Amino acid sequence: MAGDSGDGMQLAGSRFTDATAIFGNDLATLPDFPAEIRAPAGTVAGVSAFQIHFASRDILTPGDTPDVLVAMNPAALKANLPLLQRGATILVNEDAFSVRAVQKAGYAESPLEDGTLEGFTVKRIPMSSLTTRAVEDLDGVTSRDAQKAKNLFALGVLSWLYDRPTDVTERWITGKFDGPVEAANLAAFRAGWSFGETSELIDVQVKVDRNTEVLPGTYRNVNGTEATALGLIAASVKSGLPLVFGAYPITPASDLLHALARRHDMGVRTIQAEDEIAAASMALGAAFGGALGVTCTSGPGLDLKTETIGLAVMLELPLVIIDVQRAGPSTGMPTKTEQSDLLQALYGRHGESPLPVLAASSPGQCFEAVYEAARIAITYRTPVILLSDLFVANSSEPWRIPNAASLPPIDPHFRTTSTGAFLPYTRDDNLARPWAIPGTPGLQHRIGGLEKADGTGAISYDGKNHARMTKLRADKVDGIEVPDLEIHGEADADLLVLGWGSSYGTIRAGARRVREGGGRVATAHLRHLRPMPKNTGALLRKFDRVLVPEMNSGQLAHELRAQYLVNVESYGKVQGQPLLPSEMEQEIWRRLSS
Amino acid sequence: MAATEQLTKADFQSNQETRWCPGCGDYAVLAAVQSFFPELGIPPERIVFVSGIGCAGRFAYYMDTYGMHGIHGRGPALATGLASARDDLSIWVVTGDGDALSIGGNHLIHALRRNVPVKILLFNNQIYGLTKGQASPTSELGKVTKSTPFGSIDAPFNPLSLAIGAEATFVARTIDTDKQHLPAVLRAAAAHEGAALVEIYQNCPVFNDGAFDALRDKKRGEVNRIYLEHGEPIRGVVRDADGALRLGSGGAPVVHDAHREDPAFAFALSRLSSSPDGPTPIGIFRDVRRPVSGSDLTAELAAARAGADDAALDALMRSGDTWTIS
Repeated sequence: MAGDSGDGMQLAGSRFTDATAIFGNDLATLPDFPAEIRAPAGTVAGVSAFQIHFASRDILTPGDTPDVLVAMNPAALKANLPLLQRGATILVNEDAFSVRAVQKAGYAESPLEDGTLEGFTVKRIPMSSLTTRAVEDLDGVTSRDAQKAKNLFALGVLSWLYDRPTDVTERWITGKFDGPVEAANLAAFRAGWSFGETSELIDVQVKVDRNTEVLPGTYRNVNGTEATALGLIAASVKSGLPLVFGAYPITPASDLLHALARRHDMGVRTIQAEDEIAAASMALGAAFGGALGVTCTSGPGLDLKTETIGLAVMLELPLVIIDVQRAGPSTGMPTKTEQSDLLQALYGRHGESPLPVLAASSPGQCFEAVYEAARIAITYRTPVILLSDLFVANSSEPWRIPNAASLPPIDPHFRTTSTGAFLPYTRDDNLARPWAIPGTPGLQHRIGGLEKADGTGAISYDGKNHARMTKLRADKVDGIEVPDLEIHGEADADLLVLGWGSSYGTIRAGARRVREGGGRVATAHLRHLRPMPKNTGALLRKFDRVLVPEMNSGQLAHELRAQYLVNVESYGKVQGQPLLPSEMEQEIWRRLSS
Repeated sequence: MAATEQLTKADFQSNQETRWCPGCGDYAVLAAVQSFFPELGIPPERIVFVSGIGCAGRFAYYMDTYGMHGIHGRGPALATGLASARDDLSIWVVTGDGDALSIGGNHLIHALRRNVPVKILLFNNQIYGLTKGQASPTSELGKVTKSTPFGSIDAPFNPLSLAIGAEATFVARTIDTDKQHLPAVLRAAAAHEGAALVEIYQNCPVFNDGAFDALRDKKRGEVNRIYLEHGEPIRGVVRDADGALRLGSGGAPVVHDAHREDPAFAFALSRLSSSPDGPTPIGIFRDVRRPVSGSDLTAELAAARAGADDAALDALMRSGDTWTIS
């Protein structure tokens, strides 16, 4: 579904998504926003699109080549036509193809007339005028309301085409709007549906059965940002620690600040800090006081937080840093996705400064990933970086909602007493130090960025002590228990595809297509980047060939070669776009056949 | 806590060996703070000292309270986070002129405008000490240092003017060796509900010795210290017919009003001297009330958290459109 930024495509897309989810299909979605807040109307730069992929079997990605495109104007057609394969269906808002609009989109002639769309099934629907006609007799509805409701008309057409339940959407409209706007939107939606049903223009209705292979449970649709917010709140509830979230506005991480800022009802404290450095420092200061301190950022924000993260390594206090990766370097492409902060997360601090690094593999999995990040941070008294990215943050999928009671426990295990002098740098079985918070009588102590004497925590410049502390900090991180890597597919396949982070679904989908075509390929996915699962090296050596696809120029491949001396093959993509299943399929075949 | 009544200076002295240079003004401030703290009646475990980097940053190690020696300039940010999580603590930030006004300038002004309930002690010695003698943002024009061998060409900050411009609600100045005045200012800062900025003129005997002699020196100080006391006339410095300076009130006396809402008065006072080599106001310039950052929020959120159990979490996770597959 593509249109001008002002055409309400994200709204239409998310309504279609909810109806589809509630109907019982599996699905994945991907919004694509323009970078400019208000790009000139009608230009390709101003196109906003929403993609959904759904089926009666499990869906792994938002898809690569859409079967249907709704284009609300010439620019939307121009921006999205390259994604389609011949034979795809295109529903265009015919009213929007004026000479001027066509030229604004950069076409010399109307693409509806000049043969551009040859080989596609094109349905020309005068959506603007049909919407106007549907609402013009309603009380109080202005022509502007009519103009704004055409996305609901398009949604109605699409809902009929795929036989989506209408009650879900209608309920949403009546809940969201009132007065003339509610009436106009309802009328437009119904008119679109009726148009699909009665017009001979659209002669096929597609039925997509429910997915019957899903696990029993209660589901909702979530994007990665919502799942991350819920995961943080869950970690706060289960640990009993107040959540203090420090952030500075930055695309695309700000959405998490917005989601959490609304949650006073769950005791969440958000602070919009004066800068990225302060956002991290506030979270760390709160952690010193016994809170679950969390900070979130993207792109250059992570550079700025580095100093505080180093302090957290030295203080050995819990801190969760969420990096919603975007294309860099520098400002780069703020609204485009990438996985290029991996090596920075692993190594990008001065001195030897180890910390655990996790990555979220799907929108719903963000919940589990951030919960685990918080659990590790609290249990091991360490900063933890969770790598998410723009793709996983904005994409959505049905999420099987866990029961709060069944979430793993998180015990902050505060130190409250001491026999003899309190020694803040002694260690437990996990090599974690005691966390004694202000207000605890008798345990007053001072910590800081200077090197500590082992045990007492007093300032120390002793060389041997520094060597011991350096090793202790690394051993603590590398001793964190991490589940083994699991192989999906045959253990003796000809090729292993190993990915990390948000490419999980794409790699699985690409490999599935290859297997369906008779290729022998297995997949595995890293959710922990430091420490890596213990069986990683053995597993890599078991396969003759290992392919590592990632949205960077080979950072994980670099790390695997360095750690395990295995010559993995890298497939890197840095176009600001996610990997595609078709691309994966092709890359896997290329290797299987060479 | 009954025991607080018996607190003494020794209760606030940590076992760390103090490591400032002999004669450093920081010793005098530390001793004054340790002597003064028992009278606050706050048990040491409820007090936190947060510091940045620089000679002053070491202060946190010497107080037997909770303490965090942070990173350069970030003390106010660390303290803001701590204050947002805990409203039951007395939080003090110790910083220097380089720490607070150069690398940490942003955090300082925002802590002040937010009116975070932290007390910021700004040790101003007009020099970078720990890095061995470079010009600082309060060094005077023309100052020759290792980094400015031809004299500093950058105009200095007036820290109090800056603080008042940043909407600070409590702004004061005192002198490291003034054993009566320093505790009196700290007392008022501690009693203030929001953010308090206390500039302490502190002598660095190694890299900037004598910078404050015009005020610290007993005889010259008597002439040059213009003590500000709320409700009292402000005494100025007048020149006798023979050219000598003496304290007096030339013209109609101006009565000091530290509680005036309009910051223009305090700002004007802060402009009376641009460097401490002549008559300089000492005391509380401004002490006004303004909503404290998060003052009601912490309690509200704590109450919300008490109800945020598994059931509340389940309800939150299941909000919006859900569907069940059996």
